[in-house]
Order: sequence, then C-alpha cells, then structure tokens
Amino acid sequence: MSSIPTWAQLIYLICAVAFILALKGLSGPKTARAGNLIGAAAAVVACALPFFYLEDLQNVVPMLAAIAVGTVAGVVGARRVQMTQMPQMVALFNGVGGGAASLVALLELDEIGAGAPTFNLVATAFTIAVGAISFAGSAITFAKLQDLMTSRPVTFPGFPVAFGGSLIAVVVLSVLVVRDPTVGLGIAIGLVGLLVGVLLVLPVGGADVPIVISLLNAFTGLTVAAGGYVLSNTLLLVAGTLVGASGTFLTLLMASAMGRSVANILFGALKGGSTLGGGEASDRPVRSATPEDAAIMLAYADRVIIVPGYGLAVAQAQHALRELVDLLNERGGLVDYAIHPVAGRMPGHMNVLLAEAQVPYEELKEMDEINGEFKDADVVLVVGANDVVNPAAKTSPGAPIYGMPILNADQAKSVIFMKRSMRPGFAGIENELLFDERTQLLFGDAKDSMNKLLSAVKAL
Amino acid sequence: MNEIAWLTVFVLSVFVGIEVISKVSSTLHTPLMSGANAIHGVILLGAIIVTAHADGIALVVGLIAIVLATVNMVGGFVVTDRMLQMFTRRKAPAKPVNQDGAAA
Repeated sequence: MSSIPTWAQLIYLICAVAFILALKGLSGPKTARAGNLIGAAAAVVACALPFFYLEDLQNVVPMLAAIAVGTVAGVVGARRVQMTQMPQMVALFNGVGGGAASLVALLELDEIGAGAPTFNLVATAFTIAVGAISFAGSAITFAKLQDLMTSRPVTFPGFPVAFGGSLIAVVVLSVLVVRDPTVGLGIAIGLVGLLVGVLLVLPVGGADVPIVISLLNAFTGLTVAAGGYVLSNTLLLVAGTLVGASGTFLTLLMASAMGRSVANILFGALKGGSTLGGGEASDRPVRSATPEDAAIMLAYADRVIIVPGYGLAVAQAQHALRELVDLLNERGGLVDYAIHPVAGRMPGHMNVLLAEAQVPYEELKEMDEINGEFKDADVVLVVGANDVVNPAAKTSPGAPIYGMPILNADQAKSVIFMKRSMRPGFAGIENELLFDERTQLLFGDAKDSMNKLLSAVKAL
Repeated sequence: MNEIAWLTVFVLSVFVGIEVISKVSSTLHTPLMSGANAIHGVILLGAIIVTAHADGIALVVGLIAIVLATVNMVGGFVVTDRMLQMFTRRKAPAKPVNQDGAAA
C-alpha cells in the first residue's frame, strides 16, 4: 500500500480540495447544501479508488457486503431520526467513526509489527487510543441525550485519580507498544481508551453535552489524520486534519457562546458544589394564567417576542406555534422569534427545528439582533425554554450558567412562560424570572397549551 | 514522502480547517458539525485498504471497521442533507406558507 499510482494520488488531491470546499460551503447558508453534496461525492470517489488501484485485491465480496450493510444502516438511521434527536444522532455517527479508526489502526499494528519507524508506531497508538476515547465518549453522550441515563454530571469519590490513572495507563501502554509492537498491547490501549472516554464524559452536565460532541468530533478527525499518516495516505491526513482543526475551532466558538471555557465544561463538576444545581421543584409561589388570560395578553399586544426552546420541539408544538404567530401577525401585532445561539440542544439546533415547521427565516432573530428590543416588548412568550432567559447568568456568580449571554426577557413588560412543571431547566438551576411579578405561568404540555392558546386567540 | 513533508501538509491543513469555517454563523453550527462528522467517515478508505489483504480474525475486524465507517460516512452526509433541505426549502415558499398555514 506504499505505492499509490500517480493517477490515484491526483484524484485523492482533488478529493482533498473538495473536502475544503465542502467545509467552506457548509459555513454559509446559501452554499451549505451544495457543500455537503460536494463532500459526499468526494468521499464516495475516494473510497471507490482502492478497488481500482490495489494489487491482488482480496475479500472484494465481503467488503462490498459490509459497505452495503453500513449504507443501509446509515441511511435508515439518518432518515428515521427526528430533528429533536439530531444531537445524539451526530454523536452516534461520530462514535462509530472513531471506533472504525481505532480498529483500522489495530489491524495496521498487526501488519507493520516490529521494525516499523517509531513515529508510525506512535501515530498508530494515538489512533487506537483516541478512536476508542471518541467511541466510548460518544456512547455516553448518546445515552445522556437519549435519557438512557441521567443527564446530570456523574462523579464519584476518587474520580480524578481514576481519570488521571487511566490517562497515564494509556501513555505508558503507548510507550510499551512503540518498544514492543504487539497486537495484545494494542488491544490493551484500546480498552483503557474506552475507559478514558467514559470517564471524560460522565462528569459533563446535560446542557454541555453538545460541546463534548463537537470536541469528540474533532478527536475523531485527528485519529483519522494519524491513521492517514500510518497508511501513507495524504487524503486521510488532510481530511482528518481539516475536521480536527475546524472541529476544535467550532468547539471553542460554541463554548464562548455559552460563556464557558472548554476546561470548565469538562472538569467543572469535579471542583464540586456549584456546578450541581438542586434539580428539584421549588415551592415558592408563582402566578399561573389560563390559556384565555394569555390569549388576551398576546392578542392585544403590539410587540411580541417568542423565545422557543427545546421543550417546544419535544412536544412537537412548533407547528401550532407558527399558526399562533401567523394569527397574531394577521391581527396586526409585530412578532419575532428570538433565537439564543444555544437554543435547543446544539448551537443552531432551534433554527433547524423551526425550519422544519416552515417558519420564515426573516422572523428568526439572533440574540445580538433582538436583545435591545426586549424592553419595548409588550409580551414575551417563552415556550419550552428556561436557561437561556435565566437572569442568574447575569446576577449569580456561583451559578453554572453565570457569564452565559442570555436573552433579555426579564426587561419585557410582561412574560408568559409555557412550562410543563416547575422543574429547573437543563442546567439544573432555578430561574428567578419565574417568580417575577410580571411573569405568568401557563402549565401543561407545550403542544396542548399551544393548541388551547390558539383556539382562545381565534375566539377573540 | 519524508516526515517534514507530512508535517507540512498537517500544519497547512490545520490553518485551512480553521480558516474555512471561521465566519460560520451560529445558525449553521449544527449542520456544520454534522457535515464535518461525515467527512471523517472517509476513514472507510483506510478500512478498505487494511481489509483488502486481511484474513482470519483480522478480516472480521476489518469488515466491522468497514460497516462502522460506512455508517459514519453515509449516515452523516444523509442526515446533514436532511437538515439543510429544510433551510433551503423555506426560501421560495416562505410567503405562500403564511396564507395556507392557518388552514393546515
């Protein structure tokens, strides 16, 4: 495999350029879809190439069968997944990619064996370890987002020792494998890597999990890059590095949108105390409204701002919401949606969810664009959101979300909160805005309440 | 290629990777992450190369790697396209949708 024919190398180069164009395209709204398709085409061409240039090719039928199985699984999964479950789907796809990279490196270790250049062995060990970390970490993020386990940070006494110990074990095993490249040691690296992956994600709270998905995505990119070095394949090196670098950068962008550092997100829970909110319902008095009260407030307001959150999408109430907004628009009210950068469960997730309900793009206002307008709003309708309007982000230095930029719903003349219960949001902290005298609460399932609200407005 | 050439490609790719996405709006963070995720599914290429000459247990492991990598690559691109489809579809029918929305 050291000798890739020149024509194939040239095609690899074209594919590498296509990946760069794909990422470039994906970062602009007009070009995003084309960018994705360019990337897909390049990936298919790149993966078909070895079938044409590898000498004395074996196992063609089983390999094609494996590709067919993977294709069916991937397409069915991608088609069936609900838009609300997108973050865990990305985590899942990322995890299997990391797992694949780890297995490839393991096989490569078997093949190159003793006498291979030191740096090749280092890169192989790196790929096995980080691929396994990405696989196990993604599995835990999937479990957290899919509610298969608690989304609260999980730690136990001696956690830092266990985490540090397993990290050191990976490094020690990697050194050993460089001196004595055997498959047994490679498998050991992989197993300890799995443990590191689990321990890395366990202490991360639910609200921060998307940042970790992005980080693990970057990890997988780097393993693919290292795998490319081991296999002497420039395309894998370039593609993996592109994803590793852009993924790392994207992780930092997202973290700063939440006002957090990546280190704080990963290890904040280990410092104890403040990161763990109470997580329990409060007994303090609140003002609750009927759908009819809320309908009157909304119908006679000149300026309404909607703050949608993940709860809206979970209840599948976005279509009813759009109908309500259309109705209010017809009555002459000016209505906009205020989209927090981390609304939903991933940055940009809410835009996808509202796009699914065919909300016109122009009505979606980004935080910086609309934050100055809240003080003029007659009514702010918060649907299924909580943390993104929690004033604790500005006022309580101890709160886990302190420093996160929030939507200034607290400046509006009145606020209607549609909530299922008094349970705190994803970040697990109480929201003072719920107890404010300008706030009315409309309890119930978001879709149910939204339909009641809709018919109440229609009846006016 | 010698080590320095590899390092050069690596370092330049890092800069390109950061540069191409540096102006992304937060609206597109999710599809971008998903699309980048699909791109690293090209590890399928590596899985094919190592499996092509494998036998016994190595063949089984290689085939598992191929299945996993294919899921990553194909699933990733399809799901990204599904997300982006929604972004593009609304542009043209944005206005008409407003009218028949109440009836729907």
